[in-house]
Amino acid sequence: MKSFTYERAATLARAAAALTKTGTKVIAGGTNLLDLMKLQVESPSQLVDINRLPLDKIEDTPEGGLRIGATVRNSDLAADSRVRQRYGVLSRALLSGASAQLRNKATTGGNLLQRTRCYYFYDVTKPCNKRNPGSGCAALGGFNRAHAILGASDQCIATNPSDMAVAMRALDASVETVNAKGESRAIPITELHRLPGNTPQIETTLKAGEIITAVTLPPPPPGVQIYRKVRDRTSYAFALVSVAAVVDAAGGRIRSARLAFGGVAPKPWRVPQAEEKLAGASASADTVNAVATAVLDGARGYGSNDFKIPLTRRTLSAVLAEATRT
Amino acid sequence: MDENSDTGFRVGRREVLTTTGTVAAALCFAGLPAVAQDSGRSNAETAPGPVTVELQVNGQPYVLMLDPRTTLLDALREHLALTGSKKGCDHGQCGACTVLIDGRRINSCLTLAVMHDGQAITTIEGLADSGTLNPMQAAFIAHDGFQCGYCTSGQICSATGMLSESRAGMPSYVTENLAQARPELTDVEIRERMSGNICRCAAYPNIVAAIKQVAGS
Repeated sequence: MKSFTYERAATLARAAAALTKTGTKVIAGGTNLLDLMKLQVESPSQLVDINRLPLDKIEDTPEGGLRIGATVRNSDLAADSRVRQRYGVLSRALLSGASAQLRNKATTGGNLLQRTRCYYFYDVTKPCNKRNPGSGCAALGGFNRAHAILGASDQCIATNPSDMAVAMRALDASVETVNAKGESRAIPITELHRLPGNTPQIETTLKAGEIITAVTLPPPPPGVQIYRKVRDRTSYAFALVSVAAVVDAAGGRIRSARLAFGGVAPKPWRVPQAEEKLAGASASADTVNAVATAVLDGARGYGSNDFKIPLTRRTLSAVLAEATRT
Repeated sequence: MDENSDTGFRVGRREVLTTTGTVAAALCFAGLPAVAQDSGRSNAETAPGPVTVELQVNGQPYVLMLDPRTTLLDALREHLALTGSKKGCDHGQCGACTVLIDGRRINSCLTLAVMHDGQAITTIEGLADSGTLNPMQAAFIAHDGFQCGYCTSGQICSATGMLSESRAGMPSYVTENLAQARPELTDVEIRERMSGNICRCAAYPNIVAAIKQVAGS
């Protein structure tokens, strides 16, 4: 690990001001950042610790939703009674991620900003356009079992590893930030993460000095909430394919559905045209096929991850069957 | 296991400062060159100076001067000679370094000591009470919950934290009904909740049995 100066932020404004300097990183849980620093994938010259700022509350909003502070731990968010009762898909997604020890440390904001787990991104001896722009992508012709089938580019085929963000995408969450001038803004979660294009090193739409302060959930949408995660082992593994679903159905007929996919793209993946096909439909095999085809529009495999295309179809089919069972 | 808990600290070759009760931070400076060598790559010319960190470890206060890079695990092992917490992978994947901070289990390898200034840390050395094993330690022995023992202190600290979480009603991924106030600790629940602790000897059945015994008592 390269050396750095450490500062415990006394105020949010101070943290945002420090963050405008090149080489400064915010540290909260640190479970991803320190891992990357040990490997020198990340080598910040300064760390600003925001753990003691008052960003750790989960509050009811006047609209009937929840406002989740940026440093609320993943375990506390998953266990919050309001989340368990009204946003089960979020609780379940959080509980499916990492281990209990990591969830006790990892934060809401940090989870959104965690880096990909592409093996070549982690291996500093390999080319990686995300880590070292212009050096190439070793995953394209390499072992790419974990990689994206949607939204990738010829520069980068890494996936976003978050489960939490997939559930938040299905729930239409909004990400609140503040900058060094004290200006705050709300970013729809769909606009937080960028597709790689020719600049895979730029992963979010956050600007220099902008800090995530909270995530706001609108009131829960009607319907059953499901998070289904398919992975190489049944616990403590990243998703190969995951589906966060909110499906409002009665008597076998679907009124509305929201479907967000994880493990398949550089950001939580949601296709409105696919969801529209479910409005007023039954979950028949034909419908499921048409929806899956719409979700997978433009999908392609890169060799080791070809299986993700049929796996996405099957996972979606299982989720819709479960959602319409009662 | 608790040799350091009452008797103060043996100051070893690489310790910066270890004492019980009131401490004089000035004493630390004698040990600084050793600290710089301890923590990662040496950047002697540009490295920022050490920082003062006060940790409450197993009920004892310690003031350390540490390179900011020092992980909590390295502070415990290399600076406080509390070598019960093990370094397995050093990347948060194996759980051998699990300790409790304010009662919550975490991977001590994936956090910086300086981030925990003033906080209460419990390691495997702090679980026994005056030489008497605590129930989880005794259950691991009774059920033969280990072979080589390298993961055991992490397993026991993790299991201790896991029981607190369970008693506080926290759900897990395999909890069928998330709204249930306090999910029962079945074998499946224990295995899911303990998945952050890897045992290469695969003593899992006995680990589950040990935890189940303590959970039910």
